[in-house]
Amino acid sequence: MITVKKLVKRFGPKVVLRGLDFQVDSGEFVALLGPNGAGKTTFLRILASLSRPAMGEVQIAGFHLPNQAAAVRRRLGVVSHMPLLYGDLTADENLRFYGRMYGIPEMENRISEVLEMVGLAPRRRDLVRTFSRGMQQRLAIGRAVLHDPEVMLFDEPHTGLDQDACEMLDTVLREVAARGRTVVMTSHDLARTADLASRFDVLSKGKIVASVKREQMNPDQILSFYKNALEQASTIAKNGAGVKP
Amino acid sequence: MILQWRNFLRATFAIVRKDLAAEWRSRELFSSMLVFSLLVILIFNFALELDAEARSNVTAGVLWVTFAFAGTLGLNRSMAVEKDRGCLDGLLLAPVDRSTIYFGKAISNLIFMLVVEVIVLPVYSVLYNTNLFQPGLLLVILLGSIGYVAVGTLLSAMAVQTRTRDVLLPILLFPLAVPVLIAAVKASGGFLQGAEFSEILTWINLLVVYDVIFIAISFMFFDYIVEE
Repeated sequence: MITVKKLVKRFGPKVVLRGLDFQVDSGEFVALLGPNGAGKTTFLRILASLSRPAMGEVQIAGFHLPNQAAAVRRRLGVVSHMPLLYGDLTADENLRFYGRMYGIPEMENRISEVLEMVGLAPRRRDLVRTFSRGMQQRLAIGRAVLHDPEVMLFDEPHTGLDQDACEMLDTVLREVAARGRTVVMTSHDLARTADLASRFDVLSKGKIVASVKREQMNPDQILSFYKNALEQASTIAKNGAGVKP
Repeated sequence: MILQWRNFLRATFAIVRKDLAAEWRSRELFSSMLVFSLLVILIFNFALELDAEARSNVTAGVLWVTFAFAGTLGLNRSMAVEKDRGCLDGLLLAPVDRSTIYFGKAISNLIFMLVVEVIVLPVYSVLYNTNLFQPGLLLVILLGSIGYVAVGTLLSAMAVQTRTRDVLLPILLFPLAVPVLIAAVKASGGFLQGAEFSEILTWINLLVVYDVIFIAISFMFFDYIVEE
């Protein structure tokens, strides 16, 4: 579903992604783990066609970026730590606006269905600025799944949420995954991703340095897997075996 | 082809509708533009103690200074709203031609600017005892506003990506808007002073050419400006 080959991204002299290779099969839920500055958000922004790579190949659902960006965007739902919602519009108006942008047929039914899914149907006529952070994030997921995308990208969706809001968000995330969508999620919260993802990839210094499937590891081993991956990557980089940009 | 056009128009007017609905609720942008405009013409009214002839000479200049500064306020705010909550990314993620975002924002900005002008014109007429409701002058105001908004929307999309957006927009915008402001002031002054239409036509042509060029440039380059 997602194929990335030798991806390089630079911001001026700074190289953020250094020849990154990444592959996700249909229906997989991949948690992309990594320290701050590893390049997780930059990588997700390239997959979302919000940023242009300097080099490399990106293919999503059979379409290439950046040449077939509109076709990719039609198949993509994105949730970031920002809600991407208008505070002065109601939940219903926000979804209706995005529905128009995506050209969704039978919008009325779809909006009701999505609001039911994220548990915000009773608040559909309320302004988004009156919502709590957790409610805004659930509505953001509703916005992202409105056009029924095949691939979902989540960029640290738990940021700024309290425990209850995180649990509610996880319920929605599980429902999204259960519908057979391919999901890539970046996170710092290892315990939470251990419960959600079917595969764990570690991104460090612009490259995927380790990858493991859920069935190959106990959920309580995720922290040691993550630390080992980062230590190994650091040792390789010190020894000069890392890929030079 | 027809389907593409329909999608283009649907997305463009979805943005316009969204901007108008959000502004109707908050009235942030409109009220700041209007209060600023009224204050400027009031200050000029007291600062310049003018006779009737001098008044008609400065009217065009005062009007366009007011519109340009108020317009800049609106342009800055309109794009900042999209950026602050990440909504610009939401727009960029939609599977539509990205120039729809430009046209949607430009039409909304133009509507806000025209509404402010519709309120400012009668107030100005009363304060300065000058009749501004002449069809030719109204046409110039429309053409000048289109040109100003066309270049301003493009530059505000550029400026909003930076930390100094509030300062950067006027610095980028005013030099590029000089041709449209000069043409608008000259054409407006011509109508107010009863000049021959053939004299004014050159400035009107310049306004039309400027509008067409900047709309075409924005259509071509907006995608590159908003992408990282």
